[in-house]
Amino acid sequence: MYPPRFEYEAPETVAEAVGLLVEGHGSAKVLAGGQSLIPMMKTRFASPEMLVDINGISDLEYHRRDADGSIRVGALCRHATLEQSQVLADHQPTMAAASALVADPIVRNRGTLVGSLCHADPQGDWAAVMASLGASVIAQGPTGERVIPVQEFAVGPFQNALAYDEIAVAAVVPPPKGKPEGGYLKMERRVGDFATAGVAVSLDRSAGGVARAGIALTGVGPRTIVAEEAAAILVERGLDPDSIAEAARAAAGAAQPKTDHRGTAEYKRHLVEVFTSRILKRIAGSSEEAA
Amino acid sequence: MTALDEIKIGGLGASRRRVEDNRFIRGKGNYVDDITLPGMLHMEILRSPVAHARIVSIDTSKAWAMPGVRLVITGETLAARNLAWMPTLSYDTQAVLATDKVRFQGQEIAAVIADDPYTAKDACEAIVVEYEPLPVMVNPYQAMEDGAERIRDDKENQPDNVIYDWEVGDRDGTERAFAEADLVSKIQLHYPRSHPSPIETCGSIADFNRATQKLTVYMTTQAPHIIRAAVAMVAELPEQMIRIIAPDIGGGFGNKVPVYPGYVVSILASILLEKPVKWIEDRTGNLISTGFARDIYLEGEMALRKDGKILGVRMNCIADHGAFFSDAQPSKFKIGLLHSAFACYDIPAAHLTARGVYTNKAPGGVAYRCSFRVTEAMFFQERMVETAAIDLGMDPAEIRRVNFVRDDDFPHRTAFGFLTDSGQYTKCLDLGLEAIGYDTFRQEQEEARKRGRLLGIGISTMTEPLGAGNSREFDILGIKMFDSAELRIHMTGKALLRTGARSQGQGHETTWAQIVAHELGLPAEDVTVEEGDTDTAPFGMGTYASRSTPVAGAAISMAARKIRAKARKIAAHLLEVSEEDVEWELGRFYVRSRPEQGVTIQEAAMAAYSNMPDGMEPGLEAIAYYDPPNLTWPFAAYIAKVEVDPETGVWDVLRMVAVDDCGVRINPMIVEGQIMGGLTEAYAMASMQYITFDAEGNCIGSNFTDYLLPTAWETPGFELHEVVTPCPHHPIGAKGIGECAAVGGPAAFVNAVIDAVKHLGVKNIDMPVLPDRVYEAIKTGKDVSGAPPVRTDG
Ligand SMILES: Cc1cc2nc3c(=O)[nH]c(=O)nc-3n(C[C@H](O)[C@H](O)[C@H](O)COP(=O)(O)OP(=O)(O)OC[C@H]3O[C@@H](n4cnc5c(N)ncnc54)[C@H](O)[C@@H]3O)c2cc1C
Repeated sequence: MYPPRFEYEAPETVAEAVGLLVEGHGSAKVLAGGQSLIPMMKTRFASPEMLVDINGISDLEYHRRDADGSIRVGALCRHATLEQSQVLADHQPTMAAASALVADPIVRNRGTLVGSLCHADPQGDWAAVMASLGASVIAQGPTGERVIPVQEFAVGPFQNALAYDEIAVAAVVPPPKGKPEGGYLKMERRVGDFATAGVAVSLDRSAGGVARAGIALTGVGPRTIVAEEAAAILVERGLDPDSIAEAARAAAGAAQPKTDHRGTAEYKRHLVEVFTSRILKRIAGSSEEAA
Repeated sequence: MTALDEIKIGGLGASRRRVEDNRFIRGKGNYVDDITLPGMLHMEILRSPVAHARIVSIDTSKAWAMPGVRLVITGETLAARNLAWMPTLSYDTQAVLATDKVRFQGQEIAAVIADDPYTAKDACEAIVVEYEPLPVMVNPYQAMEDGAERIRDDKENQPDNVIYDWEVGDRDGTERAFAEADLVSKIQLHYPRSHPSPIETCGSIADFNRATQKLTVYMTTQAPHIIRAAVAMVAELPEQMIRIIAPDIGGGFGNKVPVYPGYVVSILASILLEKPVKWIEDRTGNLISTGFARDIYLEGEMALRKDGKILGVRMNCIADHGAFFSDAQPSKFKIGLLHSAFACYDIPAAHLTARGVYTNKAPGGVAYRCSFRVTEAMFFQERMVETAAIDLGMDPAEIRRVNFVRDDDFPHRTAFGFLTDSGQYTKCLDLGLEAIGYDTFRQEQEEARKRGRLLGIGISTMTEPLGAGNSREFDILGIKMFDSAELRIHMTGKALLRTGARSQGQGHETTWAQIVAHELGLPAEDVTVEEGDTDTAPFGMGTYASRSTPVAGAAISMAARKIRAKARKIAAHLLEVSEEDVEWELGRFYVRSRPEQGVTIQEAAMAAYSNMPDGMEPGLEAIAYYDPPNLTWPFAAYIAKVEVDPETGVWDVLRMVAVDDCGVRINPMIVEGQIMGGLTEAYAMASMQYITFDAEGNCIGSNFTDYLLPTAWETPGFELHEVVTPCPHHPIGAKGIGECAAVGGPAAFVNAVIDAVKHLGVKNIDMPVLPDRVYEAIKTGKDVSGAPPVRTDG
């Protein structure tokens, strides 16, 4: 690979890293797993003058469930770690389902969830998953931290809401309002392919009803799409065959797909309906079994 | 003394481990990019971002000004030396670096030679090219429209974009067959463009030495000797002063047969700079500019009798060759061996027309385990047969049985004029059907359908011509397609074997030694195999079209037999009997009347250097050039079972059964590896692998994100079976196998999906059979042909 010339720094603390970004004044880029940035440099679509490699900041290498039930994923937590995570297996089904569908095993060994959110690819899987959960990104800059809801974090394709001197240090999923249920389904032409269409569904269930619902879509619009109407149907009416069918239709209606080599717009919209319905039916079915 | 056990010495039939893997798995292979020469410079190519445009100006001043830049070459530099255009292997010309206009996205425009590859790349970006856009044609139908812009306005006798019109077969006889038919079955297909995409891209290091006047080129080529001849002619250098070395090759698949501009420019750069110049193509360069595969449209028609007998076949084909007709193929056959279609069926009459067309796409067409377009021939054949079965309401296995050439009907002249010589077609098919449980399948399919599940079985049976070829019919640029082997037996009985072929993963170093072991009884491990260096290897046409075992492999046998004949004389001398009294068993000569008195091949070898008979030329070496009497005709039955998800159109392969008859298997393990690799590529073609273009001529498929290769995750498992019908004319009865599964496999997968949805009225879904196409077919009950749609009228 022959990228243009760049400087390379490997800070050991977040403060140091932020300092380098301040110095870089917009010409520096954070390097996390490198699974998006390096390919872009290789093809010369990105040519940062400086890379601030955060891989040496061991403080960022974690994920955990806090006492209040929130889940926090540090900026160096790899896809593969989440795939093997007992925390997610026990407490966060949507993330657990998605973790094995992001990219391929080799990319998952290095790529990070936070990096994926920062990359703001409309076809990124984590953005839909985290949006369905109502998660936020914690950004740290020279003056301190701020919290940015995932839904506002991607401001356009490949553009995030960070200032040039901010680092995303973690993503946080708020405590559930009941028993978390959910799933992620994705059409990929091959393992490691970006989504033709993907659907993330996250429900918090309590007292037989749906206390909170989030549905978000991958790859069917200029950015991750949050299907609010579909989610509202579920909160209002709970899970039954009719509400499921209607929510699936509403989710499909929220999609803004385009025809491309991955499939026609109509097909992608259809997939959203099928996937939403499949996830919801499975959740409804499993709670019936449990009951 | 007991005879040698041939399997123990690694002879015919031994699944000997691949000796080359010793270095490959240790990371000790020696590929072009591993080679570093003193003072070596690096070359990078600037490619066109647009598909069709006149070049108004090229400003290289900024590139020249960059520190570390040694040379910037444009078409003008080349034109001054009469090198801006080069001849192709199909009697056309191809721009080395564009002078007048660019004709496809990715075309080579300029080259920078610098101290390091980074600088070369930076300098390429600093070259400013001004373009004046021209209309872009991305399929042959656009290019054939009245008044279409001429792509090859550089050629005087080229009034339009048609390269050739070619036909073969019996037009009148076929006409009569259609007049007599009970039913005519029709189909329109597109075999989409794909790319062989070897993991190692193309590259070269040219090293011209002014003092010795010798030009050495390390090159990723499957055919080093053809390249030497081409360089001698193009660069007007004396042939003995050119040395082409093809070191380890990281996959070829036909991508590394043609001569590419990068090779030519690196050679010129080395001559001008008197330094070694390395050029290593990047992935995108490989995918968007080098030899692609397929891209043919078919209108097929079959004249059928009610009982399933095929009376006649008509095939009208249009091939999209891209901007230059640069395929490597036998010069008699404009569209390769497309007319090998229907060779396994006994058909009275057939006629094929083919038209080649220029478009604003990268040049090529003959590549990717295709054996000169046999891939397309067999795919079209098996899709046509499947459609005929649907139209007749006949079982797809039965229609094949009805039409197969019978075992006792060989040699058989095919409707298009090939001579097939051996096979047991029905036996192979029945073995495969039994393995997959065809007997009970139709009931299973019916019951599954009732429960909303879609199952299908797809059959593909074919015999294909491999091993071009006999010199009467096969040449490239006039050079006959024979091959060669040179065998030297050292005095201690160890051997060095060199051939004109070039392995790119096929395992020649392993299997060639096994042929010597079989012929001479030398342990295979005592035989070293070398290929790829034109200064040491005998002349050969190289490795592609599954021709190495049929041609070079035969030459090895013949060379070994010459050695054996001489060794027999030496043995007679040592045994003090006349030659007629000497018998041979594996590895040993003995006196007929006294079998215990013998001379091993090793003893004979020592005597060839130390105790030869009076008047005999010392030494034990032989060279053989082999001109095969015919092609070899392996047969295969591939049968896939799939399940289609009616809601999403996703299809999964439940089972894939392959029955291959490639004659005698030299190394069964390597044969199985070839079959599995071919089936993987067949699955790839059927399911995901294609290169397409948008209306502006932008290549969709210029990297591995967009151009999909299947991984271990989605590739199905394969169940392999074998039947052995030895080739009657090959010295050891072997037939080609390198391409069978890639050739015959795709139709099995497609036929399986069609079998699952045909009750809905669907007869065709063009490859790749992507889920959205399947979904559309299920939803509409109509055929889905890939873009651009095939014409529907004459
Ligand atoms: C072959 C392949 C297949 C893939 N398939 C998929 C797929 O199917 N689905 C999918 O969702 N993704 C896929 N990806 C992308 C992958 O998930 C990446 O890992 C992810 O998008 C980026 O994470 P990263 O840690 O590698 O980020 P990097 O590549 O290091 O960075 C990406 C961008 O985010 C910025 N950034 C990263 N971390 C931070 C931070 N902490 N603070 C501020 N800015 C930051 C960088 O500056 C850069 O602009 C694929 C990648 C490859 C190579």
